[in-house]
Amino acid sequence: MSDARTAILGRLRAAGGAGPLPDLDTAVLERRQWPAAERAERLRKGMEAVHTEFLEATSATWPAVVRAFCDREGLKNLLFGPTCEDGAELARSWAPGGTKLMPYDRPVETFKDELFTGVDAGFTGTVGGVAETGGLLLMPGPAEPRLMSLVPPIHIALLRASTIQDTFWSAVKALGWGRSLPPNALLISGPSKTADIEQTLAYGVHGPKRLIVVLVQDLA
Amino acid sequence: MSDKPTKVYFYGTCLVDLFFPDAGMAGIQLLRQAGVEVIFPEGQTCCGQPAFNCGYWEEARDVARTQVALFPKDLPVILPSGSCAGMMKVHYPELFHSQPDEARVRAFSARVYELTQFLVDVLDVKLKDLGEPVKVTWHSSCHAVRDLGLKGEPQALIGQLSNVELAPLARTHECCGFGGTFSVRQPEISGAMSCDKAADAEATGASVLLSTDGGCLLNVNGTLEAKQSPLRVQHIAEFLWERTHAR
Amino acid sequence: MHAEKEILFRDSASKALLDPQLRANFRRAMDGLITKRRNQFPDPRDLQDLRDLSTTIRSRSLLSLPELLEQFEANCTKNGIKVHWAETCEQANNLVLSIMQAKGAKTLVKGKSMVSEEMHLNAFLESKGIEALESDLGEYIIQLDGETPSHIIMPAIHKNKDQIARQFSQKIKDAKYTEDVDELTAMARKVLREKFLKADAGLSGVNFAVAETGTLCLVENEGNGRMSTHVPPLHIAVMGLEKVVARLEDVAPLYAILTRSATGQAVSTYFNMITGPRGTDEKDGPQEVHLVILDNGRSRMYADPQLRATLRCIRCGACMNHCPVYTRIGGHAYEAIYPGPIGKMVTPQMEGVGVRHDLLHGSSLCGACAEVCPVEIPIPEILVRLRREATHEDVGSNVLGRGTGRTGTEDWAWRIWAGVLKRPALYRVAAWFATRFGKALPASAPLIKNWTRTRTKPVPARRSLSERMRAEGGSHE
Repeated sequence: MSDARTAILGRLRAAGGAGPLPDLDTAVLERRQWPAAERAERLRKGMEAVHTEFLEATSATWPAVVRAFCDREGLKNLLFGPTCEDGAELARSWAPGGTKLMPYDRPVETFKDELFTGVDAGFTGTVGGVAETGGLLLMPGPAEPRLMSLVPPIHIALLRASTIQDTFWSAVKALGWGRSLPPNALLISGPSKTADIEQTLAYGVHGPKRLIVVLVQDLA
Repeated sequence: MSDKPTKVYFYGTCLVDLFFPDAGMAGIQLLRQAGVEVIFPEGQTCCGQPAFNCGYWEEARDVARTQVALFPKDLPVILPSGSCAGMMKVHYPELFHSQPDEARVRAFSARVYELTQFLVDVLDVKLKDLGEPVKVTWHSSCHAVRDLGLKGEPQALIGQLSNVELAPLARTHECCGFGGTFSVRQPEISGAMSCDKAADAEATGASVLLSTDGGCLLNVNGTLEAKQSPLRVQHIAEFLWERTHAR
Repeated sequence: MHAEKEILFRDSASKALLDPQLRANFRRAMDGLITKRRNQFPDPRDLQDLRDLSTTIRSRSLLSLPELLEQFEANCTKNGIKVHWAETCEQANNLVLSIMQAKGAKTLVKGKSMVSEEMHLNAFLESKGIEALESDLGEYIIQLDGETPSHIIMPAIHKNKDQIARQFSQKIKDAKYTEDVDELTAMARKVLREKFLKADAGLSGVNFAVAETGTLCLVENEGNGRMSTHVPPLHIAVMGLEKVVARLEDVAPLYAILTRSATGQAVSTYFNMITGPRGTDEKDGPQEVHLVILDNGRSRMYADPQLRATLRCIRCGACMNHCPVYTRIGGHAYEAIYPGPIGKMVTPQMEGVGVRHDLLHGSSLCGACAEVCPVEIPIPEILVRLRREATHEDVGSNVLGRGTGRTGTEDWAWRIWAGVLKRPALYRVAAWFATRFGKALPASAPLIKNWTRTRTKPVPARRSLSERMRAEGGSHE
């Protein structure tokens, strides 16, 4: 189909007019700023409005908070990434009995059915958050596969207050995502939802039915 | 005060000329009441908008040229219509783009005002209400607001009248369905929009619906009459003049 | 695929108007969307600044479109995304088919994609023995009934709960009748998760394509987009060639204004950035990602300095939500993939302005669409321009079907109109007759007949304004 390529690009070029590019005035984005101490609260408000649940924790207590949640909900298992830092820390303090930790350490093809039908929850870290609208930034990869935050009915995400940015725009810049991106990166603002039937909101349509944010208050 | 114009041109527009001459007369009287001399050049026909909107630009230009020629002096040109003012002010420069007389037309366009816009923004008139208490509703013409950029001038004038209560429409910014040739090319949709507008106006409990534009008034009036509604329509100029001049 | 005969918008619109349920469904839905959007923009200055910025970003992207597309393609290729180009929908369909065939794929789950609707991809694949299943809930609902989307963001908005309840109970195996939205949603979830699990391939559209990083950005709420693009071993994305922007940070404001304009959400549930297939050591994600870049008339729009603005569109649907015509007839009456004001602009350019001449006149030019457009496309101006193209062959453009909407009747009408109005003396005579005898015109006269369907006959005043001013004297110079 290189013919199509040549023809299309040829037509676009022939149209000409690649004049000087008009300047971008980003003041409207720069105005959206909050003191670090207020960002977590703003994020929380935004995400709670779309049914995200929050659990408060500290750098020391968060594994116990996750565990307590799993026990309380009677989860039979929790999918996690054993080689990522947060996953490893969770595993270190995970007492035997109750909810079983289930490592996502092999290609999805080897347990796709089980992933879809036999996993109660997935645990992931985050690389940041967005205060303006509420939202978590995730960078799935080898240590934390993509489907952990998508397929299980409950997604538990660890968010450190210190990593929350003002806006998605400022986060993209702070994380250097403009220069290079991993095969997948994403913003998540709540559990999966739809309004396709008479504009009535319903949660848990294809992805997680619940999103639990374990918010680590790590600002001095 | 000295920088306010003392002499203006008045452009009647075809709809006012044929269907709402009282509104045209009232507009002229309002300007005179504000101390402005009004020139009404002979030879006025139509701004050319119907042909322009249908893509017949040569025909629209032919007509527009004859109209521009009627207003040679550097005086404001006042129209009792937001739509026609929008055509002359905003769309003439597009219509005459790259034409030999473009500069002349642009200079003309820069002098065009809708009546209430001129009364408020330029003359800053103060009205004294001499009428009986009345409840009115307001239909804002789409072209007056979105093309010409009226920013509430008519409502401000109504607001100056102490005995007038303004009951807003539920859908104040929705088109009444006129749309010029739209009303006859797509009569079913246009009719549905007009009926909704008429019902909206009736629900306000007002006794009269006001607007800056003859097209909207003709449309809503025809619809109200067809359903034998007691609600009347009136051009804003006529309404303002009726209430503010000593008889 | 292009129609030969003019498609009369008036006919289908009139039919739609007769359905009170449809009108009520749309009115309620559009009112809700208008309110939700308004609530997202409490500060008019912020809104205008964000619109200006978004417009500039889209304009900049279009200014350097060929260069950005090449850069985007190079970066995609570097990332392992295979890029294909299609001039026509037919080519695009065949590309999707051959990509699937090369992998032996027999089933496809689809995330929402208007470009795939443009391609009529589902019908094409089904004719080749491939199951193409829509997974966006709204798209799934209409696919069950063999319908097309009636709105570009909310495809099933024309249906109410009872209709969907009936449909599910008849068409989904073992489904019981319920009007509970959560239960209906759960039924679809059950069916579709099974499909995601088993599908050989997933298809998605692209909301924004980032040149600098070679990234495909997808905006969604349901998670079906992520399911379609991450679960099956093969992901095929289709996009219009106008979707590319230079940098990811340019996408941020576009994304901000897209969700707010579309559904009145500050942010969608997911913003999914795909920059490649499953990476080394990754345990999931598709093994292959393919991208089909479609022209289908876009380069033609691009060639015209005014019509190029059409390509700024980010497909938010705000224009239709605010359109007084769309609100009353819904999307199907447009008999086109893209309904509403955006459809009135795009469809005639893709199919020909002659065959879609009547659609171009299906607008009162009220400007509500342009007022809310997040990228400030002057839709009424473009409609007027296309009306000109439809009736004039020789204005020096490359618009498809130019001049083919011209009729002798309309030509003569405007010639007479101008002939009278450019001659004040003639107008004076005509006005005299109109004011004296206008009343006598029968309501069945041409044009008046259309007017009087819902209105009384307009009656000219007894004396025109000009006549009265002449009588007054004095004011003339």
